[in-house]
Amino acid sequence: MNERRQTPEIVALVLLFLAITVITVAGFAARDWLPVAASEHAEGVDGVIRYLLLTTGAILLIGTLALVAFVWQYGQGRPTKSPRTSAKTERWWSLVPVLGMALIAEAGVLLKGLPVWDQVYGEVPEDALLVEVTGKQFEWIVRYPGPDGAFGRTDPALVDGQRNPAGLDSDDPAARDDLVFRNVLHLPVGRTANVRLRSLDVLHSFTVPAFRVKQDVVPGIVGRTVFVPTIPGEYEIACAELCGMGHYQMNGRVVVHTEAEYEAWVANQTGWLE
Amino acid sequence: MSATHGPQGFWTRYVFSTDHKTIGKQYLITAIVMALFGVAWSILIRLQLAWPDATWPLLGGLMPNLYESGVLLPERYLSLVTMHGTIMIFFVISFALLSGFGNFIIPLHIGARDMAYPVLNMLSYWTIVPACFLMLGSFFVPDGAAGGGWTVYPPLSALPEALPGSGLGQTLWLLAMALFIVSFTMGSLNFITTIFNCRTKGMHMRRMPLTVWTLLVSSILAIIAFPALTAAAIMLLFDRHGGTSFFLPEGMVLGGQVLAYEGGTPLLFQHLFWFLGHPEVYVLALPALGIAFDVSATFGRRPVFGYRTSVWALIVIAFLSMIVWGHHMFTSGMNPYLGEYFSIVTVAITVPFAVLGMNLIASLWRSRIRLTSAMLFALGLIAAIGIGGLGGLWLGTATSDMYLHDSYFVVGHFHFMIGTVTGFGIFAATYYWFPKMFGRFMSEKLGKLHFWLTLLPLFLGFVAMHYLGLAGHLRRVYDPTAYEYAVPTQGLNVFITFALFIAAAAQLVFLFNFFWSLRRGRRAEENPWEGATLEWTAPSPAPHLNWDVLPVVYRGPYEYRVEGRPDGYWPQTEPLAVAATPVGAREG
Repeated sequence: MNERRQTPEIVALVLLFLAITVITVAGFAARDWLPVAASEHAEGVDGVIRYLLLTTGAILLIGTLALVAFVWQYGQGRPTKSPRTSAKTERWWSLVPVLGMALIAEAGVLLKGLPVWDQVYGEVPEDALLVEVTGKQFEWIVRYPGPDGAFGRTDPALVDGQRNPAGLDSDDPAARDDLVFRNVLHLPVGRTANVRLRSLDVLHSFTVPAFRVKQDVVPGIVGRTVFVPTIPGEYEIACAELCGMGHYQMNGRVVVHTEAEYEAWVANQTGWLE
Repeated sequence: MSATHGPQGFWTRYVFSTDHKTIGKQYLITAIVMALFGVAWSILIRLQLAWPDATWPLLGGLMPNLYESGVLLPERYLSLVTMHGTIMIFFVISFALLSGFGNFIIPLHIGARDMAYPVLNMLSYWTIVPACFLMLGSFFVPDGAAGGGWTVYPPLSALPEALPGSGLGQTLWLLAMALFIVSFTMGSLNFITTIFNCRTKGMHMRRMPLTVWTLLVSSILAIIAFPALTAAAIMLLFDRHGGTSFFLPEGMVLGGQVLAYEGGTPLLFQHLFWFLGHPEVYVLALPALGIAFDVSATFGRRPVFGYRTSVWALIVIAFLSMIVWGHHMFTSGMNPYLGEYFSIVTVAITVPFAVLGMNLIASLWRSRIRLTSAMLFALGLIAAIGIGGLGGLWLGTATSDMYLHDSYFVVGHFHFMIGTVTGFGIFAATYYWFPKMFGRFMSEKLGKLHFWLTLLPLFLGFVAMHYLGLAGHLRRVYDPTAYEYAVPTQGLNVFITFALFIAAAAQLVFLFNFFWSLRRGRRAEENPWEGATLEWTAPSPAPHLNWDVLPVVYRGPYEYRVEGRPDGYWPQTEPLAVAATPVGAREG
């Protein structure tokens, strides 16, 4: 076998590997792929993503350079010295990826990630706005407790798609002033939203890409997601957990108002049962 | 015992054979057939994702049960996604890499005449044959094949009223998977027993080729992990047909009716599923890495760098893989402290993987590369681990997963790890061992063409999926343009579709090469690649029971480039002359 004749192929291979790595890394950096960041913790999530892009991008470049250097150097049939290394040398070398990866990976989780994780899953401030979002095939039912500040009783048996989508129990006085909406969630800017998550049927996942919010909605369990909208405007709600034929069109809207706008809007609403 | 006295009849020799090599080939051919379906479905999926509004009268004519007036129905799209995943993971990659090459190479690598339990081995193969028919047949039942995703999360998969595919199709899926698990468990048990008990004289554990090590670790993982899915599948069958509520809580409303279940939770299923599911991806990926080590040692003409650190890395990976399953459930509503735990241990897995990656690259240092088709795919595999493995860090970090979970980033990531890495491992193994399997070479020209046509479009297509994920595209979505925020990046979907079509078309070169070479390939001698491991001391193709006289092993598997040797290497079987023991891959 003559390894010298394969030089053109070696050149092509080196170019191919370089091209792929450059395209991959450049592609990530080419444009801001992420949607607008419109919640307080979104900055933190994006920070983690930027950190990972920088560190893993660097590792990928180093790895690729080593790979193409060896392929180039040792792919053309030139005589080389003995490749043998002692077990001890190999052990010492393994410390490089061990320490490097451990540092980069765990720093990402603990130093960059954990504070943001705590921001999302930590204590909810007292003045948070309580609202409930219920997933069902294939829409989001939004409920506010109303002026009394308490959610009324609901019963799955009372659920009626058009007339009583939340299954409100009219025998409960607390239920009378509950506000109910379909596929639209109104929130004031700058105030913590404490969203109670429920499902009426299968799994869903309450997702607002602009808020970097994704929280599964699990039947039988009352879940929670907490975030602070920072920019007034309209954002899409998506479902991220396969929930059936209409999964792809289970979209809703979040309307983020200024505080004054929101107060005016609330004042105009009446309870679903009233 | 003479090697020529194998069974001579057609049925015992080619069909109901207990010969590990025949069974390995049967698995490989079955995997190729199943891959035709799996890849064909991915083409339909990509068509839908690129042009969600288009109609395809021709496809409608060909497949009236999938298309209605030329439009792919949403529930059929979900069936395609589910079945593509299921078939590719369990019925293509597991079959080819584990059952196929595992069966073929383990006895040949360790110097055994056959598997420890040849009849059990035959039984393993014949158990998956009905499983294949059940899976494929489920497309033709009235409401179509299972559509709840390859993860088949209940309640969607438990309730026929929730999704058309959750009817008979889902039952058939569960039965087929049950057969698959039974078969795979028998196979893994056989691998473990064979590797522990049937090694020839002198074949210490530390002289085994790394392919055998990876297959051993994978088999142990499979034995530990698969029972969890078996339990989950049985419980799900009971929920579906026995009126139990393992995974179903009370108060679910479907079709205007309150369902009469109570007391269960869907999260239990997720835990059971991922207790299998996460180790399973390493079960698939590790043998591909082992093959890359073996192929690059033979065609790099040098000992593997870090044989022992690699074995340690494999053991650490195996241990960690059993305690990280929750990283698939960061957004499931699990306790946030638990989520952080899973995140910390998950990203720790990148550490042993980085050791393997470095060892693979360092194994090229001072090598003498022979750029065969097998070597090209091994090198491509190394490049794929880089992108695939590092992308895993983004998903294992809980905070970034909060955004990336269930997005196309995930899809891109696992198509690198268990699509490209395993796929390239299968191709490298096929070009490498084809002469030993069939006594003929595959065409090197076509093999190289296959590589050059495959790599770039495949990488670009799967890398672009990562960008889509960053832009917020979610997986299992029938029409990506249904979300306004996703519309600006829809062009990328078209690009991915074109790129992957080129990559898929390139596989026709492989198919042609494979079947053409079976009959027309150049005849191969015993040791065509000048390999040092045991399989190259058996005739090509290896006869029944492999050797007339079992080989005796005197050294490690990678004694290449030894000073003073006429061919520059020591076969494992050559008794030691007084010459100094080379350092490096030496044992003990």
